[in-house]
Amino acid sequence: MDVLKKVPVREQDPKVRATNFDEVCLGYNKEEAMTEASRCLKCKNARCMGGCPVSINIPGFIREVEKGDFEAAAKVIAEASALPAVCGRVCPQESQCEGVCVRGIKGEPISIGKLERFVADWSRENGFVPAAPEKTNGHKVAVIGSGPSGLTCAGDLAKMGYEVTIFEALHQPGGVLIYGIPEFRLPKDTVVKTEIENVKKLGVKIETDVVIGKSVTIDELLEEEGFEAVFIGSGAGLPMFMGIPGENANGVFSANEYLTRSNLMKAFRDDYDTPIAAGKKVAVVGGGNVAMDAARTALRLGADVHIVYRRSEAELPARVEEVHHAKEEGIQFDLLTNPTEILTDEKGWVRGMRCIRMELGEPDASGRRRPVPIPGSEFEMELDTVIMSLGTSPNPLISSTTKGLETNRRKCIVAEESTGKTSREGVFAGGDAVTGAATVILAMEAGRAGARGIHEFLSGKSE
Amino acid sequence: MFQILKAEKLADKIYLMDVEAPRVAKSCLPGEFVIVKMDEVGERIPLTICDYDREKGTVTIVIQVVGASTQRMCEMQAGDAFQDFVGPLGRPSEFVNEDPESLKQKKIVFVAGGLGTAPVYPQVKWLHEHGVDADVIVGARNREMVILEDEMRAVAGNLYITTDDGSYVRKGMGTDVLRELVEKEGKHYDVCVAIGPMIMMKFVCLLTKELGIHTIVSMNPVMVDGTGMCGACRLTVGGQVKFACVDGPEFDGHLVDFDEAMKRQQMYKTQEGRALLKLQEGDTHHGGCGNCGGDK
Repeated sequence: MDVLKKVPVREQDPKVRATNFDEVCLGYNKEEAMTEASRCLKCKNARCMGGCPVSINIPGFIREVEKGDFEAAAKVIAEASALPAVCGRVCPQESQCEGVCVRGIKGEPISIGKLERFVADWSRENGFVPAAPEKTNGHKVAVIGSGPSGLTCAGDLAKMGYEVTIFEALHQPGGVLIYGIPEFRLPKDTVVKTEIENVKKLGVKIETDVVIGKSVTIDELLEEEGFEAVFIGSGAGLPMFMGIPGENANGVFSANEYLTRSNLMKAFRDDYDTPIAAGKKVAVVGGGNVAMDAARTALRLGADVHIVYRRSEAELPARVEEVHHAKEEGIQFDLLTNPTEILTDEKGWVRGMRCIRMELGEPDASGRRRPVPIPGSEFEMELDTVIMSLGTSPNPLISSTTKGLETNRRKCIVAEESTGKTSREGVFAGGDAVTGAATVILAMEAGRAGARGIHEFLSGKSE
Repeated sequence: MFQILKAEKLADKIYLMDVEAPRVAKSCLPGEFVIVKMDEVGERIPLTICDYDREKGTVTIVIQVVGASTQRMCEMQAGDAFQDFVGPLGRPSEFVNEDPESLKQKKIVFVAGGLGTAPVYPQVKWLHEHGVDADVIVGARNREMVILEDEMRAVAGNLYITTDDGSYVRKGMGTDVLRELVEKEGKHYDVCVAIGPMIMMKFVCLLTKELGIHTIVSMNPVMVDGTGMCGACRLTVGGQVKFACVDGPEFDGHLVDFDEAMKRQQMYKTQEGRALLKLQEGDTHHGGCGNCGGDK
């Protein structure tokens, strides 16, 4: 074994997986996990823990993995995270725990994400369930949204003894874990549903089909339904479009729509009613994780797929692993390219897209070099489908129906980072509804902060 | 689960159901809609709220068979239950927030086309309960397709019915009636609310523009989640992109780009039709729909 290198993880062959929706990464087995764990230096001042938004005791659980005591490892992780099987799969480890790993200074960092995933998968397969509190403290808390921030907040509060009800607008709990991230990256029936079941086993109730702000308002939850505090984890919101001509043509979708049809509504399966216009020649505009997910979904539905991104590869916001997988599967990257118009046929369907080449100029406000069009470099791509993956803007449903809830210039809810406290007493918020579109783990961090804030607020009140 | 308390056939392929959904019944207002998903494999179908009973906790919906999911939905009976029933969605009609006194001064006419009679009914009923008697024009293909006539008559000021083939009351379109009322009978209207097929709403808008009547339409584009997340229901209103589910479904009809909206509505027509054929013909479906590749 070369201690400077990660134990390689088994994956489905790119040619095979490009035609199915099964999970790409197969994960470690016991032996591989224990070998990888033995590479860990068990640093006293564990920098990886500082790199983890929810501060999992990483050397602690890795030590247990090395010993082969996986249940003990699961318990260590459960102290900090309710969704380890999810995080092990979708966290951007390279910029968090693994990014600061001391092993990584000379050689490759410990494969912390893959080890976390192994422990979580082992727990599921062996029926290990985190323990529920013996009795509740009688305080009722409402959590809005069952995505990563809501589930984390609810799980933490339930462990402290609160009676928690999650309200979910869609017909299935899980938020972006269900409607957004595809099956081949995050299996729904095994991984996501089990982790949600585990949160329920802590005593959390989930009511689906409730749109807060419409079916019932936050004011009503507080004044009529007996909730003493509310956590808003309602997610990112409305998809953005570019505002270029032809964008309302048939065959132009937001990544949200395309992914929701495929993931939540299972349009890729014949036995489900929801249709999806899969496309044969597809361009996905954008360079984030969502863009990679949409592109790889279209590929699996049989399309020839291009990613069109206005900056260069170095600026791609997606996880390195996703870009790597997308390339392996045959997705073509048109970098430094920006659409200017979507071309349509006489019936209003997409027939192509006019684009312009870009070059990188001076750094902009985000610190990244600003892409500038190269005059005279326009060209046309022949396409039947365009998927816009440009991010989201906040959904006004909750902020416009809740009295005294302050929003910022970008219409995001204003909340204190360390407690989730908003301008309205008893109302806390976190995740994409506060920050704008970010990652699963950052939403979980905000969910934990919200749980702490609510606990401080309610324990202060009862004294 | 959301139990169906009553299921009744109103006309060919049109069904009415009372569904137990206390949260929706408690908070819904005219102009809003619900999304219903009948079972695990069903689509999320946006449906009109036709009536509601806050005490009983029930919501009345009207469904027309257009695709595989609605076909299976319409076969459901009292005692069955929908897996999901979520709402109310969208924004309520403008008038529910208007000053009651100034509302009473307004002359309002509704033009309902076919299934559009269902969402018009709770609006007219709400106005009636608030002391405003609105005129209602109901247009339908033929006598059999006129729905909710007695209910509408009970709450409307004047009810005018017209049929495309002349099999009931009179022959002609809703627009013909509206033109006659204004031009021949000298009626004055401040507001027109038109709800029905997009093509009908487009023609009502062309007429009311000519007659100078402010017009509200209720758009029913393709939707998935219905809460603003997917953008499938986007349309152009006054040169701006709007989402029917959160910005609508009601818009100023004179600003709506109907031609674009109608093109967008075609997007899944073929897929829906294909799924329906597959359902009806089962394994015996071997092409002919022109889409499934079954003839290849």
